[in-house]
Amino acid sequence: MPVIQVHQLSKHFGTLKAVNQLSFNVNEGEVFGFLGQNGSGKSTTIRMLLSLIHPTSGHIELFGKSLQTHRTQILEEIGAIIERPDLYPYLTAQEHLQLFAKLRSKKIGKEDIRNTLQKVGLIDRSKDKVQTFSLGMKQRLGIAIALVHNPSLIILDEPTNGLDPQGITDIRNLIQYLAKEEGKTILVSSHLLSEIEQMATQIMIIHKGEKVAEGPIQKLLDPNKMIVHIKTTNDAHTVQVILSGSFSNYLMQRTDGIYLSIPTYEIPLLNQSLVNAGVGLIGLESRNALEDYFLQVTSNSN
Amino acid sequence: MKAIISIELYKIFRRPRTYIAFGAIAALIMVIQLGLKMDGQSYAGFLMKDINDTLTVDGKVLNGYLICYILLQLLLVHVPLLVALIAADMISGEANLGTLRLLFTTPYSRSQWVLGKFIAASIYTIVLLIWLAFLALFVSMWIFGTDDLFLMKSNYVVLIQEHDVLWRYVGAFVFASFSLLTVTSLGFLMSSLANNSIGPIVGTMSAIVFFTILSTLNIPLFSVIKPYLFTTHMNNWKEFFDIKVNENNEAVFGTILNLAKIKTSLIVLTLHIILFVTASVFITKRKDILS
Repeated sequence: MPVIQVHQLSKHFGTLKAVNQLSFNVNEGEVFGFLGQNGSGKSTTIRMLLSLIHPTSGHIELFGKSLQTHRTQILEEIGAIIERPDLYPYLTAQEHLQLFAKLRSKKIGKEDIRNTLQKVGLIDRSKDKVQTFSLGMKQRLGIAIALVHNPSLIILDEPTNGLDPQGITDIRNLIQYLAKEEGKTILVSSHLLSEIEQMATQIMIIHKGEKVAEGPIQKLLDPNKMIVHIKTTNDAHTVQVILSGSFSNYLMQRTDGIYLSIPTYEIPLLNQSLVNAGVGLIGLESRNALEDYFLQVTSNSN
Repeated sequence: MKAIISIELYKIFRRPRTYIAFGAIAALIMVIQLGLKMDGQSYAGFLMKDINDTLTVDGKVLNGYLICYILLQLLLVHVPLLVALIAADMISGEANLGTLRLLFTTPYSRSQWVLGKFIAASIYTIVLLIWLAFLALFVSMWIFGTDDLFLMKSNYVVLIQEHDVLWRYVGAFVFASFSLLTVTSLGFLMSSLANNSIGPIVGTMSAIVFFTILSTLNIPLFSVIKPYLFTTHMNNWKEFFDIKVNENNEAVFGTILNLAKIKTSLIVLTLHIILFVTASVFITKRKDILS
């Protein structure tokens, strides 16, 4: 059963179509990666899902209920962080969780608060005021607030913002744990495509407020193909060699270098052909597949 | 709703800014009390210089009741400033901080949030007024003692017997709470319109100054609107200290000269509170949270 159902959702700010006719579903237990460039409409969509922004048109259903008519009931089951982790500087981490726990109908005890702080790695700083926290720690506390009432749907907008590499790994592991072990449905947006690639089971890419791609990562990205970046001493000559040979169909139209989308088993053959043709080869670099896919679909729709 | 009020109060009283108002009131009152304690007799002489030739006054003129009256005259004009510091920050401050989106994604309606925040700000206002009452009335009574209250009006003198004074102060403070709650609700309305704290605080004060000027200007054009302005009614707590007299011009115990004026003022102030809070709810409900 879809936990989130969005149908023909639009939000216009004057003449600007921030989100336009967007439809998608998120199923129970999925980690749904929500991708888009800055200003593509991701945050506006997330804010509409949380009823922070009123849609211009369209319909949102969460847990099979209309957000417009069952808002309070629906929000009881959602935990969210939206963009920056903005908190009260004069309160401690523990006080934040205590206050937000009070706003839930579920009974949330001291032990639950302790466990949540433990989960995000803030137990040792629970009595410290937020004004002494780094951006990464605030982000963790934001996630703790989203989790404290044990919601079944978690919406995380850029949850790894401001985190160090260890922090990013921790949050990634936490998201995977919540999805796999606790069966949570998670919608996560991030500009770190490699992170989404490792976490998400399903992705959607929006560009200029419109959906440009959606589906399971495995389907969108051909596992038998790789994106290869060819670095040479003479790019013009290399392109000529590729166009005149059997690899011409794999050449991608890009201005930032020579890229081929090529079956993995043909890479050694490509290497050999380039050497035989006298190309001054510096290196063949495989690229992050999702990143390339993302750039491809967003540049196609420009 | 109870949860909203309790967390809003918690936040208000955990913020250092909250205590500026309490500190400012305490400092002002103590300075005035000290001044009057040291040099009060010459001040009393100055007050009574016009009637000294025709009237002999026995007893302690400069007593706790008179000090409290002087303090209220001075302070009730400025306390709205201190109330606006908190009330005008209640919604816009959260928008500025970015925490409004955290609050509005909890399972409560925006109307509940606005009303809960207004009630919390009102409780703060009342607590501030109780603090003011404690320092201005009870501490003054303790320092200066009590006696009959002798007040100089523009063209007559009012003498209220000692045992007829205290309930009038209770009435005056209850009335003042309506005045200050009007300021709280105005600050709240300003707060719902902005995404930063400074604008609504300055806006609230500007509105009070603007309407006070209109209320005090004796220009026929403004006379039509004067009865409907909240600023015309905010200072009518003084009516509690005007007493009826009998045919022998003797004060009648337990009476108020113009009770109808107090009732009208309370109705006008209450209507303003309802209007400002309703407008805040309406604006906040329609608002897109973009901060």
